[in-house]
Amino acid sequence: MHVPDGYLGPHTYIPLWILMIPIWAYAARRLSEELRSRQVPLLALSAAFSFVIMMFNVPIPGGSTGHAVGGAIVGIVLGPWAAVISISVALVLQALMFGDGGITAIPANCLTMAVLMPFSAYYIYRIISGKSDILSSRRVAAAAVAGYVSLTLAAGATGFLFGIQPILEQDASGMPLYMPYGLNVTMPAMLIEHVLGFGFLEALVTALIFAYIQKADPSLLIGAMRGPRGNSASSG
Amino acid sequence: MDNKTLRNMLIGLAVLVILTPLGLLAIGETFGEWGNEELKDKIGYVPEGMEKISSLWEAPLPDYALPGFENFSASAIIYIISALLGVAICGGLLYYWGRRVTRDRPD
Repeated sequence: MHVPDGYLGPHTYIPLWILMIPIWAYAARRLSEELRSRQVPLLALSAAFSFVIMMFNVPIPGGSTGHAVGGAIVGIVLGPWAAVISISVALVLQALMFGDGGITAIPANCLTMAVLMPFSAYYIYRIISGKSDILSSRRVAAAAVAGYVSLTLAAGATGFLFGIQPILEQDASGMPLYMPYGLNVTMPAMLIEHVLGFGFLEALVTALIFAYIQKADPSLLIGAMRGPRGNSASSG
Repeated sequence: MDNKTLRNMLIGLAVLVILTPLGLLAIGETFGEWGNEELKDKIGYVPEGMEKISSLWEAPLPDYALPGFENFSASAIIYIISALLGVAICGGLLYYWGRRVTRDRPD
């Protein structure tokens, strides 16, 4: 899902830069106001974990390879604004140092994997969890569903960005200038492999880590029970 | 987070780092991440705009690899080093920034 340079034209990537810069700025401000000092190691770990989990390429039938992102579990445990920063740091480093994802495509990749994914995962998890006990298995299931759906949404959004390129960017003779495949190809391609394959991987990763935290230190999950603008005084 | 949980998570992360070369075993293509040559094989040409900006940036370790070190054990070692760099830089940056902004907070 790491869009390389050259697949999105300037009519897509320039607006995405303009969209993402204030999102990053706002997320950094929110996080700097709300982060608790005991969450700092977890924040650092989350970015490191996301970086590493994305290196685990897994093949699926049909000859495609892909990976989990970790965006769902980070969104659920640390909250979506923290996840915006954490996953974006991992994605920017991947682009700059390892050429995984393009430089011009940084805001596209951050929008799908570092914004859409943790936010959708966070709200799906909260809706399914309802008022259930923090230790309940319903919450593990909620985390799994959140992982599955959020990765699929991110993949669909990537497919959409790919697919609008032939419409937005053509040369004088009507030839595509960037991603040559339209929505009729990109949407099914991105969705099918995530619905049938990588979504389950993200679900598994999310549920396993969630269940571990439930067992090891459920106090880390309390933050996820509050609204996005948590009141740090209530559980200090 | 208590120290035991933190320690276990760090151990988990270390195990993942050591196992990352498993990710090299997956052979196949990823939709929308083809190189120019691969795309040319598919559709017969490289779109003009793509050709212009696809090589905008030269990453020091492209695809977590060093050109010239292509056998499996060398790639595995470079893959692990890449993972370690990722952990150190991502973790280090956020740890440093997090410590700074929470300096005056009791919890």
